[in-house]
Amino acid sequence: MSDPLNALAEPKPKQYDGPDSPRSVGWTEPRRVRLADESNPLPLDCGETIAPVDVEYEVYGEMNENRDNVILILHALSGDAHVAGWDARAEEYGRLWRKTRPGWWDSMVGPGKAFDTRKYCVMCSNVLGSCYGTTGPSSIDPATGHPYGLRFPVITVGDWVRLQERLVTHLGIERLFAVAGGSLGGQQALEWTLAYPERVKLAIILASSVRLSDQGLAFNAVGRHAIISDPDFKGGDYYGGPTPDRGLAIARMLGHITYLSEVSMRRKFGRRYRNGNNTPGFHLGIDFEVENYLQHQGQAFVERFDANSYLYISRAMDYYDAAQWGDGDLDKACSRTVSKFLLVSFSSDWLYTPEQMKELALALCRNRKPVTYVNIPSSYGHDAFLLEVEKLEPLIRFFLEGGSTR
Amino acid sequence: MSKGRFPGCKPAFRDKNLCLICDLIREGQSPFEGKHQEELTGLGEGGAAPKGIRWDHQAICDIIPAGSSVLDLGCGDGELLSRLIKDKGVQGQGVEKDVERVVECIAKGVPVYHADLDEGLAGFPDGFFDYVLLEKTLQVVHKPLFVLEEMLRVGRAGIVSFPNFGHYGIIASFVRTGRMPITPVLPYRWHDTPNIHLFTVNDFLDWARARGVAVEHGLSSADGRVRLFKEEDALQAEEVLFVVSRLSKAKSKRRLPSS
Repeated sequence: MSDPLNALAEPKPKQYDGPDSPRSVGWTEPRRVRLADESNPLPLDCGETIAPVDVEYEVYGEMNENRDNVILILHALSGDAHVAGWDARAEEYGRLWRKTRPGWWDSMVGPGKAFDTRKYCVMCSNVLGSCYGTTGPSSIDPATGHPYGLRFPVITVGDWVRLQERLVTHLGIERLFAVAGGSLGGQQALEWTLAYPERVKLAIILASSVRLSDQGLAFNAVGRHAIISDPDFKGGDYYGGPTPDRGLAIARMLGHITYLSEVSMRRKFGRRYRNGNNTPGFHLGIDFEVENYLQHQGQAFVERFDANSYLYISRAMDYYDAAQWGDGDLDKACSRTVSKFLLVSFSSDWLYTPEQMKELALALCRNRKPVTYVNIPSSYGHDAFLLEVEKLEPLIRFFLEGGSTR
Repeated sequence: MSKGRFPGCKPAFRDKNLCLICDLIREGQSPFEGKHQEELTGLGEGGAAPKGIRWDHQAICDIIPAGSSVLDLGCGDGELLSRLIKDKGVQGQGVEKDVERVVECIAKGVPVYHADLDEGLAGFPDGFFDYVLLEKTLQVVHKPLFVLEEMLRVGRAGIVSFPNFGHYGIIASFVRTGRMPITPVLPYRWHDTPNIHLFTVNDFLDWARARGVAVEHGLSSADGRVRLFKEEDALQAEEVLFVVSRLSKAKSKRRLPSS
């Protein structure tokens, strides 16, 4: 207890709300829609077009008559459209990991939760290039009849939002009540306010920034190197054979280090050995708890993610720069938006730092845009946006309520 | 109220046409919208404050012209900004250090920037806001002079209100008991007070003079009554409010010949 950092409030580990819980959205069904075909291909920032494009998305809560209560949630690098509740089709689609846990933001989305599905219609779609139902490198390339692999075009956050706009339009929604996301999802939320300013009322951006730092670029580069140098990678054409699991696991392990903080790792692992008697095992295998944890995270990830998708999505993360909307000038870019912003950073996040979020907050302030910026004290590092539920819940709920009355 | 005159400005200023508020009134940009002094301070007959509204909140709401841009430093729960936004249509932004209070601002729909004033306002451009408020905030910061400088930098005018530690009741209590005074305005004990830099009206006016800052006008409050600031309020005011602005170099020569 002599460690002053222990004084930071630590939320209790949370139990999942089961499918029958009144606080759960219950059983969910993935939906799919084709949003681009040969006659109407999706234009991409790289200059190419792509068709066909199918999108998987989920919807919770009722859309009201005016269709003005819709909140679009944007997922991060390894996320999917399954934000909340329990996937009724987990078995059928071979997504077995979903049988033991609810959607990735179930703690925040549901009846009576921060994104209250009794009031708002909450939806999320899987991004282009991913591997959870939306067209990606593992989809069949109509030109060859085989999976795209590395023939998939390089995609961007802008492309994702362009595709999401097609979905929103398809569903007859003129203006989103809110867009919300953390990390790479926060960058999509920001992109929405710049690309389609008049179609977004509120924007909630958590643990994110206008662009990834050089440090972040470096971590992504190493992750991709690990995948590409895996002997099973085979230039991306590994479908139907052994998959580059070792490379992908290393990329994930590396990613996980960037999602935690020194303090959260110390608390979680405390240099403990796996053997329990707190002495070195004098071998080069897994001896420390932290090694075991990373190994586990890596293994769990390869069971649910496609290595090519990791390459493409991490690249989209690298390329994003909101200042592009102002020809490199962020202030000029921010002049486009007419949304009201809630920006949240976390004190121990070193991947998307509080300073980076302040940069966005101040650029919006200088444009006299209504912006609220909060830096939440947390020891969880970047992962805090998924974990600090108790601290985030009032911020988001009040912010959304403020949006409904104005 | 004589046409083109602000009744609150000091006679010395008025006679030499040095009052900024009078200038504004003449230019047709009256910050008081032609109200009488009683209305200006939100006070009824005899200066009684309306119930439930802090006198300085009311005064600030009256002083600030509709549609102004306002930065409230240490905005607390956002009560004042919320009123300014609702009643005066100001473009308001708060700055607040305490995360719990930031949440209250969000609940009121007040845009707030979560930051420590002692770290300054880097990123906010010079002269960006019409008014910058330091409403009972200055005495709680670690670097009051730096915060005042930042206020003068980012604002065209500043409004500073604070508890006057030079109030005769406080002085008497201190002299009589030999202990840190506890009053309705300063209700804390020495060890739990957030007020780490208490100061007096004279201290503040000394700073203004030394820094070449124009004190456009002042209000003082004591015993639940508010009046225009007078010299004797250095002793009689429990709380004061001053509207200040930077003097341009030319003006500063003009304004401070005697000091």
